[in-house]
Formats: sequence, C-alpha cells, structure tokens
Amino acid sequence: MYAQMVDTGVKKIKTLEEMTQEEQAFQKKIDDEIKIEPKDWMPEKYRQTLIRQISQHAHSEVVGMLPEGNWVTRAPTLKRKLQLMAKIQDEAGHGLYLYSACETLGVSRDDLVEDLHSGKAKYSSIFNYPTLNWADMGAVGWLVDGAAIVNQVVLQRTSYGPYSRSMIRICKEESFHQRQGYEILLTMMREGNDAQKQMVQDAIDRLWWPSLMMFGPRDDDSPNSQQSLAWKIKRQSNDELRQRFIDQTIPQLEVLGCTVPDPDLKWNEETGHYDFGEIQWQEFYQVLKGNGPCNRDRIRTRKKAIDDGAWVREAALAHAEKHRDSNAA
Amino acid sequence: MKHWPLYEVFIRSKHGLSHKHVGSVHATDAKMAIDNARDLYTRRSEGVSIWVIPSSEITASIPGDKEALFDPAEDKVYRHPSFYKLPAEVDQM
Amino acid sequence: MTINMDTQSNSQSEALYDYLLRLGDSPLILGQRLCEWCGHAPALEEEIAIMNIGLDLIGQCRNWLELAAKTADNGQDADKLAFTRDAHQYRNLLIVEQPNGNFADTMARQYFYDAWHLFTLEALCNSNNRDIAEIAAKAVKEVRYHLRRSREWIIRLGDGTELSQQRMQQAIDDIWMYTGEMFEMDDIEKTLVQEGCAADQQQIKQRWLDEVAETLATATINHPDPDAYMQQGGKQGVHTEGLGFILAEMQFLQRAYPNATW
Ligand SMILES: [Fe+2]
Ligand SMILES: [Fe+2]
Ligand SMILES: [Fe+2]
Repeated sequence: MYAQMVDTGVKKIKTLEEMTQEEQAFQKKIDDEIKIEPKDWMPEKYRQTLIRQISQHAHSEVVGMLPEGNWVTRAPTLKRKLQLMAKIQDEAGHGLYLYSACETLGVSRDDLVEDLHSGKAKYSSIFNYPTLNWADMGAVGWLVDGAAIVNQVVLQRTSYGPYSRSMIRICKEESFHQRQGYEILLTMMREGNDAQKQMVQDAIDRLWWPSLMMFGPRDDDSPNSQQSLAWKIKRQSNDELRQRFIDQTIPQLEVLGCTVPDPDLKWNEETGHYDFGEIQWQEFYQVLKGNGPCNRDRIRTRKKAIDDGAWVREAALAHAEKHRDSNAA
Repeated sequence: MKHWPLYEVFIRSKHGLSHKHVGSVHATDAKMAIDNARDLYTRRSEGVSIWVIPSSEITASIPGDKEALFDPAEDKVYRHPSFYKLPAEVDQM
Repeated sequence: MTINMDTQSNSQSEALYDYLLRLGDSPLILGQRLCEWCGHAPALEEEIAIMNIGLDLIGQCRNWLELAAKTADNGQDADKLAFTRDAHQYRNLLIVEQPNGNFADTMARQYFYDAWHLFTLEALCNSNNRDIAEIAAKAVKEVRYHLRRSREWIIRLGDGTELSQQRMQQAIDDIWMYTGEMFEMDDIEKTLVQEGCAADQQQIKQRWLDEVAETLATATINHPDPDAYMQQGGKQGVHTEGLGFILAEMQFLQRAYPNATW
C-alpha cells in the first residue's frame, strides 16, 4: 500500500512462552485492542517497524503531490483547478499528520526526510509512474486514492494510538478525493468527445496494474506480514485488501463504460469475488528498487525543494532566536 | 542545521467545548506555530480557537504511575452524577 | 440625445466590465504562479500555506469573472474568460505575472500585492455596486490572513540571516518598479470611482506606503526609492513576456480541445 514492504526485523514470531513478562503484557494489550501510546513500553522492533511503516506512509503522501502537481497548472477549468489544489493540499497535510505521528516515536522529521532523499526510505511504488494526460488526475483520484482508502480504513484500528488517530483524520478527508477523481472520469466519458474518452481509457490502462501493486506482494511472498498482523500494526493481509479493492472497483468501472487491461478478469460466482490475472511482479520489484519511470525525478525534485529551502528555514529560525522574548503569539 | 522546534496543537472545535489535542506542527516561534496549525488543522473550519505549546514544555505522567494517579478516582463514584439516585420526576437533571 | 445616453451607458458598462476583469485577472495569475510552487516549497508547512493562498485567490477570481461575464452578458462565463483570452486581453497587474524566483522574490511580490489587495478590497466593501461589495466582503477576510503571512515572511527573511537579508533586499528592489501601477488610475477607474463603485487608489496609496514603510523598517530592509521609475500597462493589456507562457500552460487543454466539457 502506501507502505508496501515494511521490514519488521523479526525472523520468527515469538510464542507467549518465549516472551518476557513485559512482552507478554504488551501483547495482551494488543490482543485486548488497547491502543499503545507513545510513553508506553513497547518492544524495540515494534517501534522500529512503526517508524518504517508510518514514515513510508508519510513519504508517499508527500511524493504523491508531484504527479498531481504536474497538472495543477494545466487544469482545464477553474473548478477543476480548485478541486485539485484542495486535494494536493490535503495530501501535504496527510504527510504532516503522519510525520507528526512518527515523531512521537522519538525520531525527527528531518531525519526521516533525509532517509527519503538518500534512498534509504521507501514510498509507494505508484508515485513513480508519470501522469501523462488530464484523465490521469481522475484515474489517480479514483484508483490510487481508492486503493489507499481501502487500506487506510482498516488502519484506523491499528494498534499505535497516534497512527490510528491520524488515520481517522485522514480517512475523513480522503472521501472527497476518490469522488472528485471519479467525477472527472465520468464527466469525460458522459459529456466528452472521442479524444477525451480515449484519454480516460488510456489513463486506466496505464494505472490499473500499478494500482493493484500498491497493496504489496502476495501474502506468500510477504514474510513480514505475520508479525505486523500479530502486533496489529497491519490489520488485514495484502491479498485480502487487494481483492476488496478489485471487487468494489469493477462495478464502478462498468458505470464508466471502460475496461481494464486484464483478459483474465471475471466474476467468480463460486467465490463471490472477481478473479484476476497475474501481476507483473518483476516490474513491481524493479520500481521499488528505484527503476520505475519516475523514481529519480521524484526524489531529485523533493531533495531540491528541501535543499533550496534550507536558507529560508535557517533564516526563520535565526529570526525567532533573535526575538525569543518578544515572540508571544 | 538546527531543526524547527515542535509545537503541540490544541483546537477548540466549537464554542462551549474545551480545547482538544489534535497533533503537532513544526514552527520557529509561537506565532508561526499558530499560523501553521491554522493551515493544517482547520482547513475544513474545524476550529474556533487554537492553542500551541512547545512540545518540550509538556510534562506527561509516566505510564508506571498510572495506578497511583488514576486508580483512586475509580472508587470515588460520588464524583459521577449517576451516583445520586433522584426521584423519576427530576431524574433528567 | 437618446443616442448619446446610450453610448454613455454603454461605455459605462464597458468600463465596469474592464474593471471586473482587472479585479479577477490579478488573483488568477497570482494563483497560477503560486501553483508553480506545488511540490517545491521550502518546507511542507509552506506547501500548505502557499496552496491555501492560491486556493483563496483562484476562488476570488472565479467570483469576479463570473460577475464580469454577467455584466457583459456576451455569452461568456468565468472559464471562457480565463481560458480563451489572449495575453493582450488580460487586465492583471504586471506585478503578479513576475516569475516566482526564489522564496524571497515570491514573498516580496506577495506582500506588496497583499497589502494593496487588502486595502482595495476594504474600499470595495463600500462600493455602491452590491455585487462588488458582496464579493469584496468575502475576499477581505481571506486576504487579511494573506497579508499577515507574507508580512511575517518579509520580516523573518529581512531580519534573519545575512544571506536571507541580502536576498530579501534584492527581491524588494527587483519587484519595486511593478508596484506603482497598482495606484495608477486611468479614465476607466476614475469614472467608476466617481460613480462610487470602484476603489479610489489615491486614498489607498498612502495607507499602502505607510504599511510598507513600517514592515520594511522592522525587517531591516532599505526602503527602495519612492520616486523610482515605475512600469505600467498590465491594466490596459500590455504585459511582460512572462504572461504569454503562463497562459500557454494554463490554457493548454482548452486550446487543444476547444469547447470540450471537463
Ligand atoms: Fe494519497
Ligand atoms: Fe492522502
Ligand atoms: Fe488522497
């Protein structure tokens, strides 16, 4: 998802007998659905896993501004421009909520951002794909935010209090993102000309598979998931969430009158779910590794923004320090 | 380079309610913290008043002290209105 | 006699139309410039703040252009006005089309405009044209906050580090020659001021100068020469080279797919 492959550093999950008393008490709280708060005792690996997951999530929100920012100066109407600006602004806000949650674990945002810029930290693979036409703004809202919402709704119940609370806040704001995306596509399909309809189909063709990749590797190939589920950092497996996303998206696709580029996609009466074809996992791992179409660009852009802004941040700090005493708001 | 300090943000969402912790922001001073909090936490007019306080100025109770601090209140039921049984006619109080 | 009356009221409504374009085009172009910052701001907090201000400005532009379209009653709407006029038909101030430059350049441009914008809107709240007064009353609250923020940045960067002071001074000096146009009233504005529906820039100018002098002093920035030569022409449709490129980008879809619904 926004956090696709989060290493827990755990080889094998401890049984209750293998746990220390502290660990047992901790696991009991988790099992009883009691939220873990910043000052509570927690296993170091739980803390580390949270830092990795929440920061990946935060980085994704921030890098995710770029493919949409790519079209904000070219939005076709004032209304669309306003909607897109409001959405991008929300995403920056989501980044801040999440960094703020992460900082309760004793790490600083600047250090997290440095890890992003050095390539040490990851962000969602989806944002390494380019946005090539205006319909991509619709497809991103509908598919990418849609996939994110499937994951985030579940994460509202994640075991770490600050993370859970930021998820609740984010989910409230996300609902408009997916709807505005879908509406962009629907308008183009229903009221648009042929060229616009082609744009929509083209956007879906390009973004469909990368959206499914957002949920991460298959459960069989996801060695860290078990521990994350036991700690209730994750609440549902990658495959479960991916299936839910597909099941709820295909009817919406049909309303649009579009198709997805998957010849194997069909409704399975027996399972009550859609069957779908094999994801190109090699592409997924390559994009994660840094070889997607936009990886270099995205990081270069973010790094440049923060580096170029250093003198501004420094000056603001210098000013505040000079006027420490007179600076009540 | 030194980092911008962290401020905790409290928002009063409606008149008559108390301020509630909503998260944190980075800012160089209290004034900027208010502006940043306004932009971040009240984009959908969620607030009528904002408090900010440097995170470093907050003293939190230690979880280990939880029993000493909070358990005694548990048997002081007289602090809760439902402790007082009133006749049905006035029980809406 | 009758014919004369008609021409007069015709030219009056043309003047009003032109004035509304002036009010709407400046926030549009400045909002568009602010959009260019998206993903590139010096801090995430600023990312949100800049987008906030941009949102306010484009929202205001939409109100003004809708009113302009209604006034002209020529089959236009706000989108047509925004996306199908060429540069010479744009009536924005030159200052708002100046490039973003570095953060000091952007804030200097913002601050000078915000101060003028706020005082102008305050005056327009008393316009005898009720539509104008209504739009201004809504915008004035937003712009008060814009000014608070940009003023603060002038002071922070001016009275910050040596480097930031130098950059802020340069930014102020560079943009200064585009400030004079804001207070230059041509016949269109003079007529409308007489009618009581436009803002009298003669009265705003002093307030603006006072505001700027105080802020620059606090920011330890040298005041540029008040008698410096000033550029003008934006309000009459004679722009700098930058506007053509702004429009080429902004209007791309409407130009490539004319009359499409989005
Ligand atoms: Fe997102
Ligand atoms: Fe988001
Ligand atoms: Fe979103």
